[in-house]
Amino acid sequence: MAVLVLAEHDHATVHPATLHTITAAAQLGGEVTVLLAGENCGAAATAAAKITGVAKVLCADNAAYGHHLAENVAWLVKTLAGEYSHILAPATTFGKNIMPRAAALLDMAQISDIIAVEGPDTFRRPIYAGNAIATVRSSDPIKVITVRGTAFEATAAEGGSAAVETIEGAGDAGYSGFVGQELSKSDRPELTSAQVVVSGGRGLQSPENFKLIEAVADKLGAAVGASRAAVDSGFVPNDFQVGQTGKIVAPDLYMAVGISGAIQHLAGIKDSKVIVAINKDEEAPIFQVADYGLVADLFEVLPEMTEKL
Amino acid sequence: MKILVAVKRVIDFNVKVRVKADQTGVETTNVKMSMNPFDEIAVEEAVRLKEAGTVSEIVVVSAGGPQVQETIRTAMAMGADRGIHINCEGELEPLAVAKLLKALMDRESPDFVIMGKQAIDDDCNQTGQMLGALANRPQGTFASKLVLSDGKAEVTREIDGGLETVSLDLPAVISADLRLNEPRYASLPNIMKAKKKPIEQVTPEELGVDVTPRLETLKVEEPPVRAAGIIVADVDELLDKLQNEAKVI
Repeated sequence: MAVLVLAEHDHATVHPATLHTITAAAQLGGEVTVLLAGENCGAAATAAAKITGVAKVLCADNAAYGHHLAENVAWLVKTLAGEYSHILAPATTFGKNIMPRAAALLDMAQISDIIAVEGPDTFRRPIYAGNAIATVRSSDPIKVITVRGTAFEATAAEGGSAAVETIEGAGDAGYSGFVGQELSKSDRPELTSAQVVVSGGRGLQSPENFKLIEAVADKLGAAVGASRAAVDSGFVPNDFQVGQTGKIVAPDLYMAVGISGAIQHLAGIKDSKVIVAINKDEEAPIFQVADYGLVADLFEVLPEMTEKL
Repeated sequence: MKILVAVKRVIDFNVKVRVKADQTGVETTNVKMSMNPFDEIAVEEAVRLKEAGTVSEIVVVSAGGPQVQETIRTAMAMGADRGIHINCEGELEPLAVAKLLKALMDRESPDFVIMGKQAIDDDCNQTGQMLGALANRPQGTFASKLVLSDGKAEVTREIDGGLETVSLDLPAVISADLRLNEPRYASLPNIMKAKKKPIEQVTPEELGVDVTPRLETLKVEEPPVRAAGIIVADVDELLDKLQNEAKVI
């Protein structure tokens, strides 16, 4: 058994999601090889070689991989795949974009977003936004897998001493190109990877009132989210939406403020370690999933909390 | 320009799914079914492009039993011109669906194919990428903006931490994310009109595609139930619990 992990990186450093993926890879048994495809990515390759549990690093340093275009990276994965029984990547937008393409090139199914390794061919994964957990067994010779980072601890970024082998690129498909990138400038962490998320719902009543949520979030170093109702009411943009059709979050602390707890919202937060609900309606369904509930007026609670944090 | 839109019939996003007692799957009998919300966004985008005069024909395709014709009709009520129903029973994995769509791409020669980024039942997020691979065409996944010009599609993609824009030669495969648009509700006259639009039936055999599953679902379980929580009296107690009991702040 030999496992290939496609590393997510920014050419200089390895993205933390890769460390979680390597933990899942190690659970399969067998040697773990990390594939680092990038441009001027020597520093990231050196960093990958130090990760605990990595036996070898393959570094494909080529302009075709400068922006992780799926067309080019998937083809590289395909050309290397023959030597491996498993190919893993983090279930981030990076891995989700590239891996199914690589799987189809290999004529293999993909097992998306695994949360547990039950055996070399058997895995657990959430379906219906985590409202059910499926155990699936693959009959394919190469298992192509994406890994949900929150379900596996990160392996240590230091402690390993793998050899770095430079490999040739597999060329540029030539029909796609990178135009630009616009990373959000917010000082707040990103919703899907934040350790604390503070979300507001229709109870906030207006876009202006979301400042109350932001004030608490800033005190906690938290990301700001919203229910679909708040998004539909135009309080915040769509990318704030947490829930089955929005972003799935799994922070250490999720605070739902003025959110009643519709099914589709609950589906997106249920893997949070601790859920806090603040709502003046004590009948709100959100209280049934909350670890700590506070039945109170959010317009009094939020300023008080901002002051006391 | 001609476009192919792929849609999936799934359990409505407002329904609380229940795992079957024998752990073979989730309960789907007498459960409200709807078009996958991300696919609805894909249909809406296609219709807007047609209204803008960029697109001349929208072909909507869905695979499954006879009931998926309802989903095709919904897309036609929103504005799609004609439908293709790939008639087959049983579970279809994304790889199989991608192969079916590839066969239709070969036959229909669309300028691009658009679908939702993920179905809210199996949450796979694979079909668009797989179709891109099989057709050897570029992909624009998780699209929040789509601009067509000069034989190219400029797609703004939602990535972790922000947005990325790529330029793709057509034909391409696009997968829609939430921010691409807000789907319309079909009007009653349009629902009536959709009833008269043609739906062609094909089978995987006719398309020359083997849809045998590669994965076996051994069981489907309820997720661990969250332990009942407590109600705190005020902000002080809440902060105290979070700091000293849960230790999360």
